[in-house]
Amino acid sequence: MRVSYKWLNEYIDLSGFTGEELAEKMTRGGIEIDVVESRNKGVNGVVVGYVKSKEKHPDADKLNVCKVDVGTGEELQIVCGAKNVDAGQLVPVAVIGAVLPGDFKIKRAKLRGVESQGMICSAKELGLNEKLLPKEQQEGILVLPAATKIGTPIGEVLGIDDQVLELDLTPNRSDCLSMIGVAYEIGALTGREVRLPETVINHTSVSTESLVSVKISAEEHCSHYSARYIKGVKVGESPLWLQNRLIAAGIRPISNVVDVTNFVMLEYGQPLHAFDADRLPGGRIDVRLAKAGETLVTLDDQERKLEPHMLVITDGEKPIALAGVMGGASTEVTGETVNILLESAKFDGGTVRKTSRQLGLRSESSIRFEKEVDPARVIPALDRAASLIAQLSEGLVTEGIVEASTAAVKPVQVPVSLEKINGYLGTELSRLEVQTIFGRLHFEYELSDSNVFTVNAPTRRGDITRAVDLIEEVARLHGYDEIPTTLIHGDVVPGSLTKPQSIRRELRKRLSDAGLHEVVSYSFTGPERTKLFPALAEHTNPVKLAMPMSEDRSVLRTTLVVQLLETAAYNRNRKNESAALFEIGSVFHTDEEQLTRLPQEKHRFAALLTGNRTEAQWNAKASQVDFYDAKGILETIFAVLGLTASVSYEAAQPEHFHPGRTAAVLLHTPKGNEVIGYVGQLHPALQLQADLADTYVLEIGLDLIYELADSGIEYKVLPRYPAMQRDIALVVDHEVAAAKLTGVAWEIGSELLESVRVFDVYTGEKLGAGKKSVALSLIYRHGERTLTDEEVTELHGKVVLQLEQSFAAELRK
Amino acid sequence: MKERLEGLRTEALQELQHVDTPQQLNDLRVKYLGKKGALTEILRGMGGLSAEERPIIGQVGNDVRAAIESVINEKQDAFQQAETNNRLLAETLDVTLPGKALPTGSVHPLNKVAQEIEDVFIGLGYTIAEGPEVETDYYNFEALNLPKNHPARDMQDSFYVTDDILMRTHTSPVQVRTMKAMNGQTPVKVICPGKVYRRDDDDATHSFQFNQIEGLVIGKNIRMSDLKGTLLQFVQQMFGAQAQIRLRPSFFPFTEPSAEVDVTCVQCGGKGCRMCKHTGWLEILGCGMVHPRVLEMGGYDPEEVSGFAFGMGVERIALLKYGIDDIRHFYTNDLRFLGQFARM
Repeated sequence: MRVSYKWLNEYIDLSGFTGEELAEKMTRGGIEIDVVESRNKGVNGVVVGYVKSKEKHPDADKLNVCKVDVGTGEELQIVCGAKNVDAGQLVPVAVIGAVLPGDFKIKRAKLRGVESQGMICSAKELGLNEKLLPKEQQEGILVLPAATKIGTPIGEVLGIDDQVLELDLTPNRSDCLSMIGVAYEIGALTGREVRLPETVINHTSVSTESLVSVKISAEEHCSHYSARYIKGVKVGESPLWLQNRLIAAGIRPISNVVDVTNFVMLEYGQPLHAFDADRLPGGRIDVRLAKAGETLVTLDDQERKLEPHMLVITDGEKPIALAGVMGGASTEVTGETVNILLESAKFDGGTVRKTSRQLGLRSESSIRFEKEVDPARVIPALDRAASLIAQLSEGLVTEGIVEASTAAVKPVQVPVSLEKINGYLGTELSRLEVQTIFGRLHFEYELSDSNVFTVNAPTRRGDITRAVDLIEEVARLHGYDEIPTTLIHGDVVPGSLTKPQSIRRELRKRLSDAGLHEVVSYSFTGPERTKLFPALAEHTNPVKLAMPMSEDRSVLRTTLVVQLLETAAYNRNRKNESAALFEIGSVFHTDEEQLTRLPQEKHRFAALLTGNRTEAQWNAKASQVDFYDAKGILETIFAVLGLTASVSYEAAQPEHFHPGRTAAVLLHTPKGNEVIGYVGQLHPALQLQADLADTYVLEIGLDLIYELADSGIEYKVLPRYPAMQRDIALVVDHEVAAAKLTGVAWEIGSELLESVRVFDVYTGEKLGAGKKSVALSLIYRHGERTLTDEEVTELHGKVVLQLEQSFAAELRK
Repeated sequence: MKERLEGLRTEALQELQHVDTPQQLNDLRVKYLGKKGALTEILRGMGGLSAEERPIIGQVGNDVRAAIESVINEKQDAFQQAETNNRLLAETLDVTLPGKALPTGSVHPLNKVAQEIEDVFIGLGYTIAEGPEVETDYYNFEALNLPKNHPARDMQDSFYVTDDILMRTHTSPVQVRTMKAMNGQTPVKVICPGKVYRRDDDDATHSFQFNQIEGLVIGKNIRMSDLKGTLLQFVQQMFGAQAQIRLRPSFFPFTEPSAEVDVTCVQCGGKGCRMCKHTGWLEILGCGMVHPRVLEMGGYDPEEVSGFAFGMGVERIALLKYGIDDIRHFYTNDLRFLGQFARM
């Protein structure tokens, strides 16, 4: 809502407040003012001039030489290029020394050899918004009405020596979508009185009833419909004062009749509509729901397909307007219109809202109806508009109003006690202070001996329905700054993180300490990208947005790895070829095509390594990341989470991973082994496509980990007896997994074995093709005594024997 | 025999004077003091001495051994000292060459800031609650006093999946879920961090995906003054003891009275600068007393209990805290950006 300071001043005395001060006061009171705009964009020294004569420029076809009287007694010679300039016009003249917007100073000049003592201005040159100008004023110089006084400063004529306050209204304060509403608000803030416009109607003896009838067939959607009839209007331009008001408010003047409906809408917040009464041959109005298949050509010449939930005004047969949204073209007020039917009604907010949404038609009218107009203003606004139209168009108002109503306005009574107000706010307001606040708001109330206020909420404040609504009014008018700051009474409860939160924080800390950078990606992605890693997406469907902003952000991500890849590629393009990244976040899976229930949200942890592990330095060579760096990340975090013994890795070939360098990660749960993710190299084809060096990724689900992670540290007594170490190297077939060897060692040596470590893996010609040597270091220890060489030798011998037999292994000497 | 011993001493000391190398010194040690050395050779003749002479000559022998040993040890030390000195001279490093750094990664600035905020509230006795990012219309809107077709829904343009399922537009549905889970019990004291989504064209200050942290307190006699006190404690811990707050009346469907909260500008300390548009204040929070309808739908009797709620955008606070110029950096994940948050 754009509120002109000067206009507002007609409803409440604003003296003592500048526009800025008023804005600050309103903002602190709960109506936020975005901007205080000066309507004068830098015009100075421009006055009204009279064009006495116009002659062709001797040396330029398109220029005219005018003699202009600006009321100083001296005649000015001005060269003007506008097509529409003519003798006898009153025009804005920028005299020598005047300034136009953009700090454009007017100087004495010669145009093609002819002296020019100033400039005749167009509306645009005066800084007026072109879109808001009547059509006639959009081109050429601005021609002023004949009654304008020569020499008057143009700011006065155009009403631009004014400020506009732009209100950023919250949905509950639609009462401030009207000048009178804003005046009431300022009255509440300042204690000053509001002046309402006075309306006098001089009607003819013809009764309106004899000309029109009104009926509401859709009772639930329209509680009140009223109309007046104005005969013999002359449709034409509005007077400047009216045009100026509308332009200040951001509405383009159209004609005196339409301008008045807009003016009164801005004044009272009640949208109005004028029909050309002669295009309603039956003189009947029926407010009903549209029928399937009906259409209506609206004022903007668009044919609208109507639906049965839309409320329409009909002439008894066919729709002539979309109730509260837009009028129809067939009954539009034009230059030929003589008789007018003026409508003022209360349409249901939800109905208007739905129609306006569906048709994508938001108008000043629909905005107001949507938020429920004040039922008490339907008639005052109708009368005000009828009287103004009659006054400005030489029309005659017929006698009486025709109306129909379906529901009486019920007064809303809201009780609230002083005790409740103070208890809720933490204040110590007195009875009198609260009385003063309600008084300023023009809220009528009864006050009981026990300090209970029973407030009759005014109809213009539809937002007041419960005690808290009144408490809020008291709080904001008393001032939020005046509310004390206190601490909560009652028991102090300790704060804490949940187990999943602690785990995520621990992961972040460990990984960032280990040199990885955490990323946060968008949850929206493109459909083809959710298909890249079906194993990680668990072969489910992505969740599709109903109305995405773009195709590549149209579904919810099903894996984290894809975006890590994109992040790596993005950084590679910026010369960061090495990256160690991780992300912790949700992925979204569903097995439905069309959701009927919430999708599964799974917490995941993913990491990506590409390029070099460490960069070359004077004392170390650059080294590239490999599979075991990625796997090492998992092993480290599982160790931290107490899950080392619960995790195993198996070679796997999921799609788009390198088939020989990828493992499934298995977690041993009470229900058996579950694959919780994968770790491996990207498939070389995909690497090439993404223009990345060898890249290793991993992604695992966290939900089972949250359940099974064991953060309990149990101290074990330090060993008191020495250990014995035996190292062996076994030559086995290339395919034999190291974990199988260590597994057998554990199985056979378990009674004394403390640890088994793979300390070397070697392949070479000496061993023969398809062979490798795996070196193990076994440590034996007994908790209660020193081991003897003999018993270790015996047990170790069994271990070696079993290894040799199980894997056709050869002990390397 | 005594003379032979004295002679040996003179000869040995004489010869030791000319020793230049550790090798020579060792040779002389063997020559004079070794098992088959000269001193042993002479003392072997002690068997032929009388009982009176034996201790005397023994004493002389010991003196001679001590004298020779002392000189040898002295020489030995000197050689060692010289060797150490030489080694130290040879062992100099260019201490200005770079060392081997420990790896330094980083926690994403959004999570860094979120954790900081969470920690302040944990210190004030809050627990953390979480919920799904894809929500039902009921939890996201209806249970928060935003029925279908309510004009206030315009305030948040949403990403719908179906008519009834959408990306949550705030973390408030977690508050509703928390209330329902509490089953009417008090006190409730939670914060709800998480990602939220609103249809918005991305630019330097808008992002369709962002992070919120909301708080909810429900108990007996919770007052608006408690809300002010809580927020003041929070901003002072987050932005320093000099930070002040200012509440401006506002509107949210789920709270009443509602307020926008400004905090003293972090850049200028309230004097006025470009960052705060010369007002001295920065808007960082929305808050209010929980609307009775929301309490009712959460299973509480608004006549018995009251509560407050507040919410803030993590991006906004991170932008202010670090002076970041573009919200999109948070989601582009440029390593040159992320690397700047490796510091404590």
